[in-house]
Amino acid sequence: MRIENGTVVDHDAMGPDYRVLTLKLPEVAPLAKPGQFIHLRLAQLHDAVLRRPFSIYRIDGTHLSILYKTVGRGTASMQNLRLNDSASVVGPLGNGFPLNLAGSVTPILVAGGYGVAPLYFLAREMTRHGVLFIGGAKAADILLADEFRALGWDVQVATDDGSLGVKGLVTVALDAWLQASASHTQPEFFACGPNGMLKAVGDRAIRGNWKAWLSLDRHMGCGVGACLACVQKVRLSGQETLARVCKDGPIFEARDVIWED
Amino acid sequence: MTPTLDITLAGIRMKNPVMVASGTFGYGPEYADLVDLNKLGAIVVKGISLEPWGGNKTPRMVEVSGGLINAIGLQNPGVAGFIGKYMPFLRKHDLAVIVNIWGKTLEEYAEVATRFDGVEGVHALEINISCPNVKAGGSSFGTTLESTAKVVAAVRAKTKLPIIPKLAPNVSDIGAFAKVCEDNGADAISLINSFPAMAIDIETRRPILANISGGLSGPAIHPIAVKLVYEAAKAVTIPLIALGGITSAKDAIEFMIAGASAVAVGTANFTEPLTALNVIDGLRNYLARKNISRVQELVRSIRI
Repeated sequence: MRIENGTVVDHDAMGPDYRVLTLKLPEVAPLAKPGQFIHLRLAQLHDAVLRRPFSIYRIDGTHLSILYKTVGRGTASMQNLRLNDSASVVGPLGNGFPLNLAGSVTPILVAGGYGVAPLYFLAREMTRHGVLFIGGAKAADILLADEFRALGWDVQVATDDGSLGVKGLVTVALDAWLQASASHTQPEFFACGPNGMLKAVGDRAIRGNWKAWLSLDRHMGCGVGACLACVQKVRLSGQETLARVCKDGPIFEARDVIWED
Repeated sequence: MTPTLDITLAGIRMKNPVMVASGTFGYGPEYADLVDLNKLGAIVVKGISLEPWGGNKTPRMVEVSGGLINAIGLQNPGVAGFIGKYMPFLRKHDLAVIVNIWGKTLEEYAEVATRFDGVEGVHALEINISCPNVKAGGSSFGTTLESTAKVVAAVRAKTKLPIIPKLAPNVSDIGAFAKVCEDNGADAISLINSFPAMAIDIETRRPILANISGGLSGPAIHPIAVKLVYEAAKAVTIPLIALGGITSAKDAIEFMIAGASAVAVGTANFTEPLTALNVIDGLRNYLARKNISRVQELVRSIRI
């Protein structure tokens, strides 16, 4: 974990609703692992007392990119960042996805919308190819499908309105694939998206006796485990306890998570 | 001239008067990658109760204009858990360790104090009688003079460590509360805790925090805290530790002029983890610029 002022080296639109911000972070970027996040503070948002957490989307040498959608005051202000502007970054934070797969395992990535960002970083670091399932409200919310294909991954799409891929939740596509393939493959899941999706993926993994690594998102304060705002009820070695999503997560194995909402 | 920043507060020697406030810096290791703990005057660790405590449901924190509202609910590993897990780490560092303690009953406050008496590396106890986020204990003790007196006296009877009650801001006469602490054996006073506060989601019409309300902290409360420190300083002679919305050396210096012997950085640790270190540097620069040789000369130096 470091604190560093990053310089904006790229800031581009990705479709109509999303943007990619790339910062030069010579200290933070080389330490980053897939599934970790950064905590960002913008000079122009000086009256905000909390930093904003973002999953790491890609690392290219000393450059670190995040993929975001404008959803609130922080991201609205972020849109105005220009080349050579600076932003304060604390990171990398949290624990990443496990990268070592057992011999016969097929990695299955499941993304809800721009939850695909950390999974892309993961796919770039994995030596083995598998299947990406990505769901969104409409075609414009399905990001990076071509990039995953270029890495050699199979991509299965679902949209709520049926404008791309199968119509329905991402679990519709996932269930169809599991029915056809589960008997002759051993999947291991890596998922990032809304809680309902994470729980659904976790439930399928537990039923099939497979592993599922879920990236949880909870409203965070400090990002380093000090404030205890982002706690999640978990079961560790049979004991119920409260884990800090920022420090003990954000990646949890499905069996450890006790869903309450 | 290099001004000297070291102080002795209620018998606690500190290399400078800048501390990090309870609940905003964990138990030490959390920020250790970013902040050299050996440069801080003291750490006040997050509130400890007799037994482990799970705190409130989430959401526990929301950002608002000029600050944040939290309702963590004093989640902590309990006395034994804290001492076993965190004291070995803290003992390796050169800073004063002040343990914030709380209880659900008078007896629990006394018992927690007993357990810390003689624990190596603990320099003082801060008594939390002002947390707005737990039903039993916390602010239910700190908002009447009678119960404040009882808690302070009960803890005093059980420990030789310096004791530092932490006052609530939402009382009609802060001076009277400071005085009752002094009269019952407090060695110093921390003020202020967060303000009872609330935020509502207008789309759902529901409170944003699961606990319904919480405590407001951050820059919004700083000027109110300055006034309360100024009032408390007129009522007592024991040293004051001031906290409430410090983001810069200027805020800390204001507190010291108003009457504080030391200051604690709280919410700003989340915003900018280096705040306490920046406050120390800024304080030193200010003293040099004003030709003040010792930081103590700043305390209670307000000109009316």
